[in-house]
Amino acid sequence: MAIRRGRGVAAINYPTGMNLGGDPTQALVHSTPTGNFMVTLSSVDLGQGMKQIMAQICAETIGVPTDRVVVDTADTDTGPHCMGTFASRGTHRAGNAVIQAAREARQVMLEVAAEELEVNASDLETDGQGNILVKGAPQKSISIFDVALSAHFKRGRSISGRGMFLIPRSYPEKETGAMKPSTCYAHACTVAEVEVDDETGEVTVLTVKNVFEIGRALNPKMVEQQLVGGSWMGISHALYETTEPYYPNRDHGGTDFNQYLMPGPGDLAETEIIVLERPSADGPYGAKGPGEMCANPQIPAVANAVFDAVGVRIDTLPITPERILRALKAQAAN
Amino acid sequence: MAKVPVQFTLNGSEKAEFVDSGTTLLHALRDKIGDTSPKGGCHQGSCGACSVIIDGELRLSCLTLAETCDGAVISTTSGLSDSGVLHPLQRAFLDTFATQCGFCTPGMIMAAKVLLDHTPNPSRDEVVEALSGNICRCTGYEPIIQAVLTVARSNSQNAA
Repeated sequence: MAIRRGRGVAAINYPTGMNLGGDPTQALVHSTPTGNFMVTLSSVDLGQGMKQIMAQICAETIGVPTDRVVVDTADTDTGPHCMGTFASRGTHRAGNAVIQAAREARQVMLEVAAEELEVNASDLETDGQGNILVKGAPQKSISIFDVALSAHFKRGRSISGRGMFLIPRSYPEKETGAMKPSTCYAHACTVAEVEVDDETGEVTVLTVKNVFEIGRALNPKMVEQQLVGGSWMGISHALYETTEPYYPNRDHGGTDFNQYLMPGPGDLAETEIIVLERPSADGPYGAKGPGEMCANPQIPAVANAVFDAVGVRIDTLPITPERILRALKAQAAN
Repeated sequence: MAKVPVQFTLNGSEKAEFVDSGTTLLHALRDKIGDTSPKGGCHQGSCGACSVIIDGELRLSCLTLAETCDGAVISTTSGLSDSGVLHPLQRAFLDTFATQCGFCTPGMIMAAKVLLDHTPNPSRDEVVEALSGNICRCTGYEPIIQAVLTVARSNSQNAA
């Protein structure tokens, strides 16, 4: 009986979004009378940072500071249609819709500014600080604040735009079954090192080294936050979490979240995160969906590390001490 | 049933309430006084989201009866900032991205504050121990540990 050490590796491709009956998200953008911009969405921020990212995308497209944008996701009854926050689709789908809406709003904004400055709209550019300048003659400028006032009170224009992003439904080809169920793919690879006590079946994860390829990181600190938390969740999926420990038998199943085990702050493995950015062709400013895939590769990596340590293949999650001991017993009997 | 009068100091101001006997401090704070910074997660003392500081000690407000707090000095996260300036722990939680959905954050900050009040320069193990009664399901804990260590390092620099 001994503590045995093992190392496992796993790599994944992860789709962004899904394709059941088509996958749409819509967005509306409009300016207030003072030149702030509202983004109206039905997409929901679950804490992953959707509002921050949509504000950044809108601000980048219109050419204003991010703090001039307010994102309203208040009500799915009244907001523009979104399929929802799932399948790592939020940034990609809603982001593309916001870009389209913001481009239309920017165009109106430039048209109003052109009338005020008596120039051609195509000769105007934004400075990113809240002003619109004549290209090559930046002394001739107008603030977006004044443009909005003019649009609202003088010109009778609505500085607004509509955005619609739809991934159409893809049907499988009859001969081959080939289809396009999703859009751009994120990638990840994890190497996990574990110690397995072959007397108790307990697994201790020593290190988790992750590489994530997630398109362009639109907000690198928030991406890191998502990946660090996700890596921990992957370990949790692999070793801890279950609602049905003896499925389909309900005995011993948890009855509330207090009995839904996840690793605590004293159970953390040494974790490394490396982010590779390969901007996607169809993503908003090159983004893909890093959301769910960040908690995936740790699971097979841990299962492989357990195999490396004690030579048993556990194919049911979570990899509990009981399952390891039963497998070791079966292995010894053969 | 007769109501029970309770008076205590909450974040520096005097509060007086009549509560039903058996009312938890969490319920009294959130639903009677209107301080919603302590969160009701599990209501049975295992998640730490309702943590508050009573007379300098970390306590679970969901397991504390309001009537036992008569005369107590109570602190919650909503009383930490000073005239709009965030407490160093709040600032550190923001700077290290130690909050995602935010539900555990007030309890985490209370637990961290009691630790730092008693132990201004804790080791990582002491931080982990202090946070071990609080559940987070977004961050993986590491950013929270780093937030507390950031404040601890700044404490030791100020002391030096």
